[in-house]
Amino acid sequence: MSRLNMPVRKRKAGDVAFSIALAVVCFLILFAVVYPVYFVAIASISDPSKVATGQVWLIPQGVNLFGYEQILSDGRIWTGYRNTLLYSVVGTALNLCVTLPAAYALSRREFRPRRPLMLFFAFTMFFNGGLIPTYLLYRDLNLLDNWLVFILPSAVNVYNLIITRAFFEYSLSEELFEAAMIDGLSYFQYFLKVALPLSKAIISVIGLYYLVYHWNDFFTGLVFIRDYSLQPLQIVLRDILISNQAFAGGSGGAGGSGTSYAQQYADQIKYGVIIVSTLPVIALYPFLQRYFEKGVMIGSVKG
Amino acid sequence: MAVAAKEAAPAAPPRPRVQRRGHGLARHVKLYWQLWAMVAPAVAFVAVFAYIPMYGIQLAFREFDFASGLTGGEWVGLKYFQQFFDSPQFWTLMRNTIAISLATLVVGFIAPIVLALIVNQIAHAGNKRFMQTATYLPHFISIVVVVGMLHVFLSPSSGLLTQFLELFGISGVNLLGDTRTFVPVYVISDVWQHCGWNSIIYLAALSRVDPQLYEAAKIDGANRLQLIRHVDLPALTPTMIILLILNMGNVLNTGFEKVFLMQNTLNLPVSEVISTYVYKIGILNNQFSYSTAIGLFNTLINFTFLVVANQIAKRVSNTSLW
Repeated sequence: MSRLNMPVRKRKAGDVAFSIALAVVCFLILFAVVYPVYFVAIASISDPSKVATGQVWLIPQGVNLFGYEQILSDGRIWTGYRNTLLYSVVGTALNLCVTLPAAYALSRREFRPRRPLMLFFAFTMFFNGGLIPTYLLYRDLNLLDNWLVFILPSAVNVYNLIITRAFFEYSLSEELFEAAMIDGLSYFQYFLKVALPLSKAIISVIGLYYLVYHWNDFFTGLVFIRDYSLQPLQIVLRDILISNQAFAGGSGGAGGSGTSYAQQYADQIKYGVIIVSTLPVIALYPFLQRYFEKGVMIGSVKG
Repeated sequence: MAVAAKEAAPAAPPRPRVQRRGHGLARHVKLYWQLWAMVAPAVAFVAVFAYIPMYGIQLAFREFDFASGLTGGEWVGLKYFQQFFDSPQFWTLMRNTIAISLATLVVGFIAPIVLALIVNQIAHAGNKRFMQTATYLPHFISIVVVVGMLHVFLSPSSGLLTQFLELFGISGVNLLGDTRTFVPVYVISDVWQHCGWNSIIYLAALSRVDPQLYEAAKIDGANRLQLIRHVDLPALTPTMIILLILNMGNVLNTGFEKVFLMQNTLNLPVSEVISTYVYKIGILNNQFSYSTAIGLFNTLINFTFLVVANQIAKRVSNTSLW
């Protein structure tokens, strides 16, 4: 006992130093991740001239909701929000209806074509036709300037298909399947009455993956849509945040006289827009993040 | 009707496990038509939206012809590839693309490993949980918003970071409009956004380490840094290799969206990459055959990198994607 005491005490001193270093590093990381988001939130409700002169860094100063009033009275944001909501909900519904049954079929070991079929799907993860052939195909299919372009081409994500298949393969016991077969259930019945009710976890995971994909999709609107009334939120955000397009209230980036004053208000609107567009994801996040994480775990089962 | 017929014959339940071979197509269809029906929509979507564009790759070797569309007109062989290699843009595009993706590959590969090793050291379960939750968050913010945040933080007139730098006497910097700072800003914001999320898979691997290994190492007198070096790091190696291979396949796939959004006239000399160039000359200027050829060149290089990386990993450590 006493012989072991010395090295333990020595080690403890090292451990304390290590723990302090660890705490400092963790705090710095946490600060770097969280502070930008926090700053955007307080800047969106602070007096923009105080933000521009660096007086706002921990607590909001000169609280006002001018930015949010401007945002709420701007038609483009509402149109973008409505479009994105529509594309996300309809898109995710189709994603689930296509991905779940396919993943189930591919998880059945006795289904011999599953190997070549998996190859057929997985190949598209590493090789694709490229932008221009895709664009010409959509043109031939009349998908340009058509809201279905947000829904149909992304109906199956191969990565999501693979993790769903892995879930069905490893989580549903073979005994259950045998028993159901003896009861005379067909594949359809087994899938609907047994497999799906037992798979709420994976349905949540890939449902959320798809939902976030649709919510954040910027590329589709950029390349395939010209009609502004069809544009999703992300395109509207790009125009306000990055292209500095003028705002309905007249306080856009391109100001004539008093440019810096106008610029400050434009900045406040930008902070507000960031919050408004990201709020749904951030508000849902604490409740959903364990599902997201689960998805990565399932995905890692088979590399 | 078909379902009803199936139900009416429970006397011969489909017992695929004991199926005898050699009964041919008819038997296969009878047993598995439902599975085929379930997988068919997914096959159809992928066939149309992934494989038809692949068929359209031949456009790179043909003259574009408005009437024949996807399959192109007259065969011109490697004319457009030659045109790309000879163009003054070629080396600039290659250099920019490789610089951005290599920097992202290296830093984006190491950062999550380091973060996972750090987070794994937190003893208090609640703190660990909180740390993880906080670092995943930026992953779900859209690229447009992240670049928008860069714009407001780095704005030369009013940005928070610009003001902060002024405290140290560095004034008048425009980090987004400088050819020297474009790549660092791109890479650091990428790490900010995805590092936490990408560390999940490593944390999972660390949680599977046998606790006896730690005990044994402690008895041998290892301190905590040595535990990380000799127990944690080796435990991560297989995961590291798989992810490295996968990332290699994306060497020239610089994220189009983020580069495109970060571009401006000032940083264009270093920020024009293959994918943004393809978009501009193809979609905006309608040079379809030429841009298809450039896109195909890009895809082929990625594919080659992936296959080579996978072969090396197979030889060296018996780890492989397929």
